[in-house]
Amino acid sequence: MSLDLPGFADPVADAQRSFRAALDAMAHPGQLHRLGGAPHPPPPLAAATAALLLTLADADTWLWLAPAFAAAREWVAFHTGAPLCADPADAAFVVADTLPDFSRLSAGSDEAPEDSATLIVQVAAIGEGRRFRLSGPGLRTPATLAVAGLPDGFAEIWAGNRALYPRGLDLLLVAGAALVALPRSVTVEAG
Amino acid sequence: MTQGYNFAYLDEQTKRMIRRALLKAVAIPGHQVPFGSREMPLPYGWGTGGIQVTAAVLGADDVLKVIDQGADDTTNAVSIRRFFARTAGVRTTTRTAEATIIQTRHRIPERKLREDQILVYQVPLPEPLAKLEPSRAETKKMHALADYGAMHVKLYEDITRYGHVSISYDYPVMVNFRHLMSPSPIPAFDNPKLHMSPALQLFGAGREKRIYAVPPWTTVTSLDFEDHPFRATRAPHACGLCGATDSYLDEVVTDDRGGRLFCCSDTDYCAGRRA
Repeated sequence: MSLDLPGFADPVADAQRSFRAALDAMAHPGQLHRLGGAPHPPPPLAAATAALLLTLADADTWLWLAPAFAAAREWVAFHTGAPLCADPADAAFVVADTLPDFSRLSAGSDEAPEDSATLIVQVAAIGEGRRFRLSGPGLRTPATLAVAGLPDGFAEIWAGNRALYPRGLDLLLVAGAALVALPRSVTVEAG
Repeated sequence: MTQGYNFAYLDEQTKRMIRRALLKAVAIPGHQVPFGSREMPLPYGWGTGGIQVTAAVLGADDVLKVIDQGADDTTNAVSIRRFFARTAGVRTTTRTAEATIIQTRHRIPERKLREDQILVYQVPLPEPLAKLEPSRAETKKMHALADYGAMHVKLYEDITRYGHVSISYDYPVMVNFRHLMSPSPIPAFDNPKLHMSPALQLFGAGREKRIYAVPPWTTVTSLDFEDHPFRATRAPHACGLCGATDSYLDEVVTDDRGGRLFCCSDTDYCAGRRA
């Protein structure tokens, strides 16, 4: 029973710290941040994923969890109060263990691009694996990001997302307590 | 710290709503994100938007500075600083260099900001097109289509009428080559500081219920024409107190016989130079 596992020990301070890490990550694409806070999330939920959900999800946000997270559904529903939806296209937050098909998710509208989904993807590792070159807002000079667990052709998939701008998905990559953000404004190239 | 309130006054659900809006605002630089602005214990126009953004961002370890037109010692700045000292128990400062969060009304500090600082603007009118097109439904469409011709026509008409663009504050900027944005009523003198700022810049409009942001190291250009480039102007004087010739100046009436004093609007900058 995942419900036995606690959420934040100090909900106000832990949520604030997690949010600041997420805000900082979003403002500095590719920069590594660590989210502790919820030290015992039900597997396979990573510590950073759990912290992000506890910080950002509530009764006002539709949430979609990939089938791999079935064992964590109760815990997420109980601690966040967020309604879980069957179709990822309806979700404000999408949690997945592999990169989902972007075309199945909400990219927002031209007038309200902020209505797009925020995608949380748990990857094998950050700091090793396939390398990407990042540029755009938040980056003084182009940065390099290494991620193990993103599919071949991620740069092309991202270019498709980038082409929708200002519509588009915002991606949070998580490995354990590590978090890296790729807002829709960032340009990603392989290499 | 005052008991009986949640940390930093706002309840957690409101903070989550503002935090979600802030993350989307950072992801779409210059785009106005609607949010459920709350009633605050001070009137609209006194910085309710900025306060709500600060309350959602602020942590116990933060050091807060609040300025009003550059000054730390005006009513608005003192009240907001005291508000967060009471409801969040945070340390406050008047020194730009010591602050981690700076809430500002209508100025950007003279001192260069750092990457570990956040600047929170109080915004009265977030819509840069409002004076040209009163309908929000229309301006939303204009932003969606990046249809900013009307603003260029306004600047052009200024030039034909006065020989120069007659906007001295709230001078419209283009963010990340895509969104037209109101920099809030900062003097045009401050506009260049928006560009490639190391600090994250967050904007909150309480009455108009909009949040927007400029991430660090983001291109922000003041609208202009090739043959009429943007110029940041200041009063052609040195500060009467510290002698600075590079700061934005306030003109202060000193007596009833026409006496005038030009002095730095940024009180911390001025005091630092005189120390």
